[in-house]
Amino acid sequence: MAEVSLHKLNKRFEAFHAVKDVDLQIRDKEFIVLVGPSGCGKTTTLRMIAGLEAVSDGEIRIDDTVVNEVPPMDRDIAMVFQNYALYPHMSVASNMAFGLKMRKFQKAEINERIKRAAGILGIESLLGRKPRQLSGGQRQRVALGRAIVRDPKVFLFDEPLSNLDAKLRVQMRVELKKLHERLGTTAIYVTHDQVEAMTLGDRVVVMKDGVVQQVGEPLELYNNPANRFVAGFIGSPAMNFADVTLTENGGKVTAEASGLKIALPPDLANRGRPHLGRKATLGIRPENIHVAGPADDAGYCFDAGVEVVEQLGSEILLDTRVGSALFVASIDPTVRVRPHEKLRLALKPERLHLFDAESEKAL
Amino acid sequence: MAVTALGTAAAGRPALRLRRLEDERWLALVLLAPTAILLGLFIAYPFFEGVRLSLSSARVGDPGEFTGLANFAKLWNDDIFWTSVWNTFWYTGVTTVFKLGLGLWLAMLLNRHFRGKALVRAFILLPFIIPTVLSTFAWKWMFDPTFSVINWTLFHLGFITQRINWLGDPTLAMSSIMVVNIWRGVPFFAISLLAGLQTISPELNEAAAIDGARPWARFWLITWPLLLPVTMVVMLFSVIQTFADFQLVYVMTGGGPANATHLFATYAYQIGIGTGLLSQGAAVSLAMFPFLFVIVVIQLLYIRRVEVR
Amino acid sequence: MIEGALWRRWVFYNIPLILFVFVLLFPFYWMIITSFRPDGELYRPWNAANYMPFWTNKPTFEHFRYLFEETDFGRWMVNTMFIAVTSTLISLFCGVLAGYALARLNFPFAGSLGTMIFITYLVPQTLLFIPLAEIIRNFRLGDTPWSLILTYPTFLIPFCTWLMMGYFKAIPKELEECARIDGASRWKAMLYIIVPIAVPGILSSGIIAFTLSWNEFIYALVFLSSPQEKTVAVGVTSELIRGDVFFWGSLMAGALLGSVPVAIVYSFFVEYYVSGLTGSVKG
Repeated sequence: MAEVSLHKLNKRFEAFHAVKDVDLQIRDKEFIVLVGPSGCGKTTTLRMIAGLEAVSDGEIRIDDTVVNEVPPMDRDIAMVFQNYALYPHMSVASNMAFGLKMRKFQKAEINERIKRAAGILGIESLLGRKPRQLSGGQRQRVALGRAIVRDPKVFLFDEPLSNLDAKLRVQMRVELKKLHERLGTTAIYVTHDQVEAMTLGDRVVVMKDGVVQQVGEPLELYNNPANRFVAGFIGSPAMNFADVTLTENGGKVTAEASGLKIALPPDLANRGRPHLGRKATLGIRPENIHVAGPADDAGYCFDAGVEVVEQLGSEILLDTRVGSALFVASIDPTVRVRPHEKLRLALKPERLHLFDAESEKAL
Repeated sequence: MAVTALGTAAAGRPALRLRRLEDERWLALVLLAPTAILLGLFIAYPFFEGVRLSLSSARVGDPGEFTGLANFAKLWNDDIFWTSVWNTFWYTGVTTVFKLGLGLWLAMLLNRHFRGKALVRAFILLPFIIPTVLSTFAWKWMFDPTFSVINWTLFHLGFITQRINWLGDPTLAMSSIMVVNIWRGVPFFAISLLAGLQTISPELNEAAAIDGARPWARFWLITWPLLLPVTMVVMLFSVIQTFADFQLVYVMTGGGPANATHLFATYAYQIGIGTGLLSQGAAVSLAMFPFLFVIVVIQLLYIRRVEVR
Repeated sequence: MIEGALWRRWVFYNIPLILFVFVLLFPFYWMIITSFRPDGELYRPWNAANYMPFWTNKPTFEHFRYLFEETDFGRWMVNTMFIAVTSTLISLFCGVLAGYALARLNFPFAGSLGTMIFITYLVPQTLLFIPLAEIIRNFRLGDTPWSLILTYPTFLIPFCTWLMMGYFKAIPKELEECARIDGASRWKAMLYIIVPIAVPGILSSGIIAFTLSWNEFIYALVFLSSPQEKTVAVGVTSELIRGDVFFWGSLMAGALLGSVPVAIVYSFFVEYYVSGLTGSVKG
């Protein structure tokens, strides 16, 4: 059993408050991802869980034991670093054996574990080599192997894929997911890449400026973001935002901006009614915009001036100007469109999002 | 100008390449000439002249004649010579060990973040920066038999009742000189090793900590092996300097008491310049060379082996 | 990493550090204090009563006056400064050129020449001083500052070359190639592009060379004889001691003043000194 719980966790570096009142309950066998831009406090939180940073305030528990004062070596954790942190003067096998030697395992047991881990990761042929003789992807696997042989309660990952080239990254993502399914150990994973977060996490924690913005399953974050930041961070290409004012006309609530006048569907209108006359932010994802056809309700259509056409093969990304806002639309690849054309676009009303202009919370 | 260069290139390719080769060699010659002249004149020439001198019977004012290995035979039977040989090795060995140990400790103490770190780092190098002779005089004054401040402190702390003759007692004198050498050398080791420590990624230490290694294990199994290349180079420089040291002993004891603290250099000075027996002095100086050569070769080989990682 | 409780931090880190700093700096404090103490206070036996050696209530400039009026100390400072600056400039000139040649140019014997220059760094002055004394005398340079200005580069140039090689190697080749495409000759590219970029390295070498030449002793001791030609180190050693009597007050004052120029230069360029020192060890 390996549950990790963070209770009102805080970290201050002199005057800088890096982590603010983080509360998190991580279940046994869960793969949880901490994601956010640089400086949001995700790595600091991970390092506090590892015992590499002292806790300023709050509690960290592993399986109901408070571990704030417990040194890293006694927390039964293993960590995979961004730069792999392989001991350069030792062979791959020695690197993997190090942790077990420190804990006084028997030679036979050590060799057995190394063989098993090497087999899982496919690095048996590399056991005699030194780290400098390995490629980036191979070093990554050795770092993973070093963590696996320890058979710890919790795996900690600090942006392990960010130093790999794009293709390798995609490959390793899949392997990591398979690995987790096979081993079942609780895992805490830190990344700045929202794609990794979405694909790997059982649950995702979005952080900004040391504060947890939202915790939930990937799809939940995607469809029901709690605030504008989460909405804009998750999903690629990012959600489109427009500054609008809410008005009511004969029972219908509209969101208005220059060049844009969108009617709000009933449930969104109900949520928006208390904010009439005030400023708000409208959000719609690029994939929920399409070229307007005869079946589209005029209330959900708008005119857009095409600026850039990006032909991807599987879709076309249009960079358009709508009034004073810039919208990206992902449309059917067969549509013929050229820059500087004017196009009438429509959106899916059930996919509209509304955020309060000041608090940025979802309405 | 670029266009014309390209033009000539297209027209006379082999000619241009030849000219460039000449150009590089000629340029290299010009650039290295001043260095070669100065070093040839004032290192190579004196070296061979020194060899010639040691094989003659020259004194001040008398060029003497070729005497073969007579000077070296005389040294072989000279007790003081052998004292200085032993002293030099002992002096170099002990001080290097202490400089390494203390320097490494100091480097590790400095390898963290604390307020005033830059200031401390700057001040720490002072013993190494200040001219040796001048700081050695301060120490000599501190060790003075009658007025020593160290004796004063020990006396007032109740540790001694008799004065300690730091420089007058033959065994104590060598130790006192070694203290000064260590004092001077620790900053050099510390700053150089600190630079080496800073090339070791802190992640390695963290990974080792998570792997279960206690601080001593982390140092011995991770930090020390990775620091070895820098350590060996620093030791090479330091050993050569210490082996050929002159200033410290000259100021502190002049080689005494009763020739007990002589090193190669001070003995060579005493014989060659002091008593004017140039040829014998040259022989003593040259006796350093084989030892220095062996030490350097061993260390260079070791460095090459460690660097391969 | 977690350093542990406050008491641990003090016992394992701060207190040892303070002890180190104290031991390393105390002799300088002693130098300063002695320079300003009147003779009466100085010559008190170690076990005399009522004696506080660490402070004085009657500071005096007596020893400094003695230095400048009764000895050639002023002259010594000028000599040493002149010798140090000139030999540093010569060594920098040679070192920069040689360093560039070895780092950038391809020519036969480049590798072995580099090794030979490194090896001369390993031939100590105490091995050469006796034959060199004869040679200096033959060149009629004895008892002049030129005997030192021409011989100091023998240990300064190898160091400068070694250091500059490292700096030059770190400058990307593309910069030179770009300059040469733009029309500069090899020589001009070196002069106008590479050398200005290597200025930090030149500064580092220069400062270390300056402190090294100020620190040299045995050549100065052997080649110079007249009191007014001597350098500070030699002068202090020979002229402030009459037989068995040491004029400690003036000695310490002389030692203090003699250290000041080096300390000042160092304090302005600490980073350069440190990077030069560590560069030579890591390279």
